[in-house]
Amino acid sequence: MAHPPAAHRAPYMRVFVFLVVLTVLEVLLAFVLAASPAKVPMLIALAIAKATLVAMYYMHLRFEGRVLRVIAVFPLILSIVLALAPSFDVLARR
Amino acid sequence: MTHATISHPHATPTWQGITTLKFAWWLFLASEVMFFAGLIAAYIVLRAGSPVWPIVSEVLNVPLVAGNTFILIVSSVTMVQAYAGIQAGNQSQLRNMLLATTALGIIFLGIQAFEWSALLREGETAQSSLFGATFYTLTGFHGLHVTGGVVGLIFVTLKAFRTGYTQAEHGGIELMGLYWHFVDVVWIILFTIVYLI
Repeated sequence: MAHPPAAHRAPYMRVFVFLVVLTVLEVLLAFVLAASPAKVPMLIALAIAKATLVAMYYMHLRFEGRVLRVIAVFPLILSIVLALAPSFDVLARR
Repeated sequence: MTHATISHPHATPTWQGITTLKFAWWLFLASEVMFFAGLIAAYIVLRAGSPVWPIVSEVLNVPLVAGNTFILIVSSVTMVQAYAGIQAGNQSQLRNMLLATTALGIIFLGIQAFEWSALLREGETAQSSLFGATFYTLTGFHGLHVTGGVVGLIFVTLKAFRTGYTQAEHGGIELMGLYWHFVDVVWIILFTIVYLI
């Protein structure tokens, strides 16, 4: 099976440290910013950063060609549309 | 136009330099992304449209689940180290890391079962509220995927102990890893949306 050529050089442990630090930061922010309007966007940004690290380094997307990157990114774009589109309905009902 | 090529009767067919199996696996993962996107979109709409929603940190055991999140992140590291091990031809690293990943997956499920049983004892069921229905649906489907992953891990671990993977041929480990990391990515998003926001 063809493997990404540079995958073996991926900084797995450094990524792990980042993931742990970001998770601790997330939990702390959730409590510290409990009543702040900045809480939701900050937590979502941190979650996206963590998910991106896993996809890029542990799933080796950083080392893959364009075809697999497109397959990975396309459903994410559709997901954002899917998550945002019904919000207009929610806003209209308020 | 590029065609799938088979250079040898026993060679793995490839397309655009990717094995067709790996290509198909990524398409499967893309469909899984859409599956969870549908569930998360439903959660957002129901929560945003609901006049009553509990303060999540008062209902759910956030520190316990933060610990469980840490366990799943560690299991992603052990999975990727298993892959790195067989890429280097290190059979013992492959086996040890697969065993560790399987054990961590089982621990994750055990903690989730403990969390669920505590919530059910407190009367928080899938029927008791909209919050309960969405919570059990989202975490339940994820738990089902982790369970599937653990079953897959048991299979590849048993195969690894029979020296079923080599430095040259270890596609099963790569596909197993992709699935396991996908499950981790989904949990990263769910943990934030369900437990922290």
